[in-house]
Amino acid sequence: MTAISSYARALAVATGTAAPTATVRHAHLSARPFVLVPLTLAGEANAPLAAMVGTAWDEATLLVVAQPRNRDLRFAFADQLAQIMLPHVLGFAAATEELTSGPRSLDAPQLIVPNPAGVEFVRLFARSTRFRSTEGEYAVAPNVPVLGRWLTFFAERAEIPGSSLMLAVTDLLGLHWATGQSALEDANLAALLGWIDPPPGLRGAAAARLAEDPRHCPPAGPTTDPGFDTEQLAPAIAAYDTAVAAAAADPAAGSAGVARAVTRLENLLRTQLQPTWDLVWRALDLLDGLPPGASVPARWETDRARYTGFHTYMVEEGLPQARRDGAVTAARRLNRIEQAQAAYDADRAFDDPLVMAQHRVTGEAFSGTVVAVERDRRIPNGRGKGRLVTRPLLTVRTEDPIRLTVGAKVVASSRRRQECVIEAIDIPPEGGGLLITLEARSGMGRSAVPAPGTVAEVGESLCYSAVLADGVRSAPMPDTADTPWTHGGPPEPYEPTEKDTAEAWE
Amino acid sequence: MSAVGEIAGLAGSAGSAGSAGLSPAAQAEAVTLAILDDLRAGRHRGVIVDSPPGAGKSTLVVRTAAVLAASGAPLMIVAQTNEQVDDLVERLSARLADELPAARIGRLGRTGYLPSARLAGLSNVVTASDVDSLGEPEVTISTAAKWAYVREGTWPWAIVDEAYQMRSDTLLAIAARFERALFVGDPGQLDPFSTVTGDRWHGLVWNPMQSAVAVLQRNNPDLPVHRLPVSWRLPRTAQDVVADAFYPFTGFRTGTGFGERGLVVPGPAESPVDDVLDVAATTGWGLLELPARHTMRTDAEAVAAVAQLTRRILERGTLATSGGERTRITPGRIAVGAAHRDQVVAIRAALGGLAATEGDADHPAAGSGSGAGAFGASGAGPGSAGWDGQVVVDTANRLQGREYEITVVLHPLSGRRDATAFHLEAGRLCVLASRHRQACLVVARAGIRELLDAHPTSDPVHLGEPVRFPDGWAANQAMLAHLATSRVQL
Repeated sequence: MTAISSYARALAVATGTAAPTATVRHAHLSARPFVLVPLTLAGEANAPLAAMVGTAWDEATLLVVAQPRNRDLRFAFADQLAQIMLPHVLGFAAATEELTSGPRSLDAPQLIVPNPAGVEFVRLFARSTRFRSTEGEYAVAPNVPVLGRWLTFFAERAEIPGSSLMLAVTDLLGLHWATGQSALEDANLAALLGWIDPPPGLRGAAAARLAEDPRHCPPAGPTTDPGFDTEQLAPAIAAYDTAVAAAAADPAAGSAGVARAVTRLENLLRTQLQPTWDLVWRALDLLDGLPPGASVPARWETDRARYTGFHTYMVEEGLPQARRDGAVTAARRLNRIEQAQAAYDADRAFDDPLVMAQHRVTGEAFSGTVVAVERDRRIPNGRGKGRLVTRPLLTVRTEDPIRLTVGAKVVASSRRRQECVIEAIDIPPEGGGLLITLEARSGMGRSAVPAPGTVAEVGESLCYSAVLADGVRSAPMPDTADTPWTHGGPPEPYEPTEKDTAEAWE
Repeated sequence: MSAVGEIAGLAGSAGSAGSAGLSPAAQAEAVTLAILDDLRAGRHRGVIVDSPPGAGKSTLVVRTAAVLAASGAPLMIVAQTNEQVDDLVERLSARLADELPAARIGRLGRTGYLPSARLAGLSNVVTASDVDSLGEPEVTISTAAKWAYVREGTWPWAIVDEAYQMRSDTLLAIAARFERALFVGDPGQLDPFSTVTGDRWHGLVWNPMQSAVAVLQRNNPDLPVHRLPVSWRLPRTAQDVVADAFYPFTGFRTGTGFGERGLVVPGPAESPVDDVLDVAATTGWGLLELPARHTMRTDAEAVAAVAQLTRRILERGTLATSGGERTRITPGRIAVGAAHRDQVVAIRAALGGLAATEGDADHPAAGSGSGAGAFGASGAGPGSAGWDGQVVVDTANRLQGREYEITVVLHPLSGRRDATAFHLEAGRLCVLASRHRQACLVVARAGIRELLDAHPTSDPVHLGEPVRFPDGWAANQAMLAHLATSRVQL
């Protein structure tokens, strides 16, 4: 926890409502997000029980697995989900723009789940569907493995910091507000929203307490409330089983009974899903009220490019993603995630003064006023030959408690293309604070004299940060086929086989 | 040396049981010969050498490099930082100049690399930023980060130094460059880290978040592992506590016995800070305990206490005893360690001109520039003039592999409200508690034991993932229990 977020939490306790920790929205929000609120059956590994899905608040579709232990019904659920979701997901692929690096879609689908456990559900559900065979024994509908591959794509993008293709609402809210409760309690969507947007007349703590009562506010899933499971769900599923057995004995008379049992389950599960569904949309509305950060569109562009890239892959090859990463894939992915994390941290600080404040508190950033500029300074380039390079000097006066040292690289939030290096830190003869002398190294155009406006003027207020994206390209990795002996040697190339789908079905 | 030769025949790995009656030097020599024998025999593609703190790891690397260079096969050496590379180049250059005057050492640097001043005068060292410009030296040496960009050529032999500090993905990037390799490192030190959580790779034998040695062993379980048995750096007073807390299964012994090392502190003690120094003079350990309080990371009182303690070591004219000789401790022989960068900067500022500035530690030959920390300019202490060198203040990560007479440590858990995996990591504490030849002085707020009791290790255990030993929580408890006997309250 940073000093600012600790302070914001204390503030939230004192005032009774959540305190903002961001002034802008750090994620892209789609105009038509695909919201998925899943529920699973207790005691079964990731067995879907029900889901509420849709792209608008008032257009929810309820999907129910009447007997989650029946695999045929589970994959029928996957097929139903695919029939709703795939047209939406694929619908963004047609409209593209041509870039030098290839086509990129103009917009991309966005998948929203209530919490990180929802992301985990999607990941595992994707894994259980993407390898299924559409022919032979235990065939599933053709849509099911395609859905699995797309859900895998979304779940893997959710691991990349700064990506908005798949978002968990509690994470998103926690990024923008601090509540007066613990991080564990913040994982409860209803309690979190109780702090951020309490009902009239209630303080955050009271609203959160109310939200924690499962009878008043069912959990946001995928795990259901145990009380609900025993008292309501178990009898309803048992009634369904009885009805199915009766229908098997007497198909003519029994089918109406099965339909009744399914309707009863649907009504029951709707009571558990509808409150969370409403909370998700309320949260999206709240987040929509924040202006997007300056770097959000650029990150969404990356997401769009990834979407188009995966769409092309699905059209051209479409093999399921491997069960687990090989040595080379894992190393590459780790490097990619680390770079994305560094870039995202830097972006958020530059976009948002409140995030930057965290770095100012720790002394990794400072804000100040330019008091002197040596604009036309030219020095030897250090490589001999007597060439001179333009290296203006700026002196900035700051009151911030900086912990940077001479030689540190900093960039100003308002001049992000210009890298500066701290040349000296002095105590001014009078007036307190510190005088930081910076050498501007880039972003001044190609001519000998800096282009107009590229060097800050005396009197300008700037905020410099040393939290920068890691510009270093990560080391090239060998090809998978050349995996060295230290890492187990080259792996067997993956060939989908019948065995991939072999499992105990019933 | 004939006796040693016989021993080498008997000693397989560094079994301390079989060689209990031997002198430390003979024990160490036996293990070294066993390592060289394993390398020469070529039975395995890799040989792993575990080394406790100060057990002559660099000496082993230099000696092995000389042996391999003499055999005529080109050798590559991989170290983790430029500082480590330059240290090795310097030592290897001296050794080869004696033994193999014709041999050349190639020092590979990044683009635009300028050799540091201490390498400039070495006639058998060539420097360049690409392999081709080096000619074909007998030994090519660089950092792992630079080796990753060498895309061609294969060396029959590699020595990977500080292999436990290297991440598995870095090894993956360079492994194609060598056929066989010696991996040397200290398993008790800090694991390599990442800014992200890698849950998706748990249980994979090539998990990229592991250290290079961990991934190597899990993929090649048959590789021989040797252990250097003797720490030449640590004093006898540190043997039991460091071995118990951080090397519970393998242990080590120190090269010196009780009474051979120690501090002599002239003059009477004037304050609790002086008292803790007096305690450390006899026990080798000192704990200066501040009143319990939850604080920000840069706890102003603790930082001031660290600075005050460091100053008093110098002001009182502390002498170090070693091998019957007494030498005055200079600032350059003291290190101050902390867990976080901001704590380091705060301590540097509190020490003023006494502290080495950022970067000096990495390039000892570089002049100390204009900047003495943000708050340093006014804080330069009286009397800092006239002492040789400056006190190195740094994080545990950057103190790895270094050696000083006295270390002053700001305890990673001091003043904290919670104990995270970062602060509990055994390697962090191990680095901080094993840099000293004479004494280790710890500054901490009271209440760490209660904090530990409130935060037992709760990391999930993953299938297929080796359990980390030693456990940071247990190591912290063991360390605190020992420090409690050398405690002075402020």
